[in-house]
Amino acid sequence: MASILFITPSIVAVIVFVYIFIGWTGFISFTKWNNVLPNYTLVGFRNYKNLFANMRFQIDIHNTIVFTIVFVSSCLLIGLLLAFLIDRNIKGEFFFRNIFLFPMAISFVVTGVVWHWLLNPGSIQLGSIGINQLLDKIGLGFLKTGWYTDPKIGIIAVAIAAVWQFSGYTMALYLAGLRSIPMELREAAAIDGANQFQIFRYIILPFLRPITFGAIIILGHISLKIFDLVVAMTGPGPGFSTDVPALFMYDTTFRGNHFSQGASIAIILLLMVSLLIIPYLIYTSRKEART
Amino acid sequence: MWRRFLIVAVLITAVSVFISIPTFAVPSGTLEINSWWTAGGEAEGLKALIDLFHKKYPNVKVINATIAGGAGTNAKAVFKTRMLGGNPPDTFQVHAGHELIDTWVIPGYMQPLTNLYKSEGWTKVMPKGILDIVSYKGDYWSVPVNIHRANVLWYNKSVFKKYKIKPPRTFNEFFAACKKLSSEGIVPFVMGTKDGWEAGHVFETILIGKLGAHDYKGLWTGETKWSDPRVTDALETLKAIIPYINTDHSALTWDEAGQYLLKGKGAMMIMGDWTNGWFMSVGFKDYGWAPTPDTGGVFDALSDSFALPKGCKHPENVIAWLKVLGSKQGQHDFNKLKGSIPARTDVDISDYNDYLKSAAADWKKDVIVPSVIHGAAACEGWATEYKDAINLFISRPDVSYTQKALIQAAKEYLGS
Repeated sequence: MASILFITPSIVAVIVFVYIFIGWTGFISFTKWNNVLPNYTLVGFRNYKNLFANMRFQIDIHNTIVFTIVFVSSCLLIGLLLAFLIDRNIKGEFFFRNIFLFPMAISFVVTGVVWHWLLNPGSIQLGSIGINQLLDKIGLGFLKTGWYTDPKIGIIAVAIAAVWQFSGYTMALYLAGLRSIPMELREAAAIDGANQFQIFRYIILPFLRPITFGAIIILGHISLKIFDLVVAMTGPGPGFSTDVPALFMYDTTFRGNHFSQGASIAIILLLMVSLLIIPYLIYTSRKEART
Repeated sequence: MWRRFLIVAVLITAVSVFISIPTFAVPSGTLEINSWWTAGGEAEGLKALIDLFHKKYPNVKVINATIAGGAGTNAKAVFKTRMLGGNPPDTFQVHAGHELIDTWVIPGYMQPLTNLYKSEGWTKVMPKGILDIVSYKGDYWSVPVNIHRANVLWYNKSVFKKYKIKPPRTFNEFFAACKKLSSEGIVPFVMGTKDGWEAGHVFETILIGKLGAHDYKGLWTGETKWSDPRVTDALETLKAIIPYINTDHSALTWDEAGQYLLKGKGAMMIMGDWTNGWFMSVGFKDYGWAPTPDTGGVFDALSDSFALPKGCKHPENVIAWLKVLGSKQGQHDFNKLKGSIPARTDVDISDYNDYLKSAAADWKKDVIVPSVIHGAAACEGWATEYKDAINLFISRPDVSYTQKALIQAAKEYLGS
């Protein structure tokens, strides 16, 4: 009885500040509120229809998908690799672990500003800076590109900055996973004649599966909601090549006063995140039921 | 008994009415001023105004709440959140014109300032062109501090001299200059598009050049159709400019792009005349100016103004602030530093720099048209769609697609 009393305030707070607001946003997305003065006339799915016909939004969805794939897969691969290297009981493990984890402590805005200069395209007239300058200096000038100003790879350049920030975090997750695998299992496998690859494939990877799953959820929802990094680093980019739905939502709501359209984008983002989260919730609740 | 009660009630009402009349109270307490003037000449101008205010009203503590971001995108988001949340700042910067009227006045968030205009005599010293855009239904709603011109072509004098180029007056001359400069390895046309609105700014001046003042204004009232072949021509012109732009434009803001001009690596730039204030603040003197191609005799205007929101906490301080803004001294000090011209025509500007003197002279004789990208010509929703269409055009220069998008946007906001 007392326990219910203790959790009631937080339940009430969550209901009011999360679920009621989600419901309210959903409601607004069906109205035609297009000025600072609220207008609650219902227009059905018109905002959504207009949105999907909007070129900027189509580009945004495409960008989000590319960004998510590049960001999540790179973080997983690099994180796993780093975790393996550190797990070899190397000298100065503490030092390296913190070096890799450090970017996590920085805000996305700082990352964005730094990478804005690192991946700056430069120009013939003013010379190049950042990574392009480095390529020039080591004689690899032909590898120079426009990075985030190149409409074809712009969003990937943004993903590079995000990967830099989050691969250390993924490493920490994997490292915890690796350390939780009992040494006896590996030794037993080795005695049975398994080679390194077989140990990795049949012992280690299965143990890391829940961690990978959790990492995908965490990284995936970060990438779907990405906003501050893009604002600080590139803005919408040439032809919206680095634009994301969250940025469009901000622009259309506060610059264009299209509050209802902004709400529709918010709801679509929510649905996209739920696509990711709900299977995870089902998976974990089943697992809990089993144990 | 009842009579005594009534008398007391009447007295209390009378006293409270008396207290609530803002002009009677002695300004004290705080005054929160919200603007997006964070850098260079703009920030210095604002500081000069605040200093002047301090001298007159030493008891008021000014909170200078600025929010960075070109053209005020971020600042506007904060104002809107606060206004809708019922916690308005005391006063805030707003572009005179549709941005003020459509966004704030019509929905009823503002208090009229007609009495202040009359008591300060502003109706007599400000030109009709500016009074028109701050008024709605016979009342005045904000006090303009400055006038900016959007259709200015800035150029590096030494570069022009070296390659024997005269300031282009027409698009033919402009493109001839571009061709010559680009063969010399100079960036002919400098632009920074990181914030997304700069290309729309350039395109608006091309529209004025191609359609003329009258028909350009008609685009925003429905008199001129967006399907007009001259709009197509304007888009083709912008498309033809693209190859002459610095390649890193999308990594730069307008002032970062200005570095090309400063270093003599770039020749021309179309930007509003806040560029003049920026040149002053970075100590660059080697620049010249001209109206953008084919817009001689037209003044593409925008104005920053301050207003009195309903329900703000210190209305009497706001009134005092607005008085300082509208005073001769205030307009003189602010605009000298910001690099704009006073909205009042009776201010002595003999100590202003040459550009501002020429702009002030043009302000009196040119045909005045409202700027769209800076909030004067159309409501914010329309201006945003216009901005997005042109921003997309810079990397995907598809003339017919973009013109269709512009026609569609006009349909949506003019309802025809």
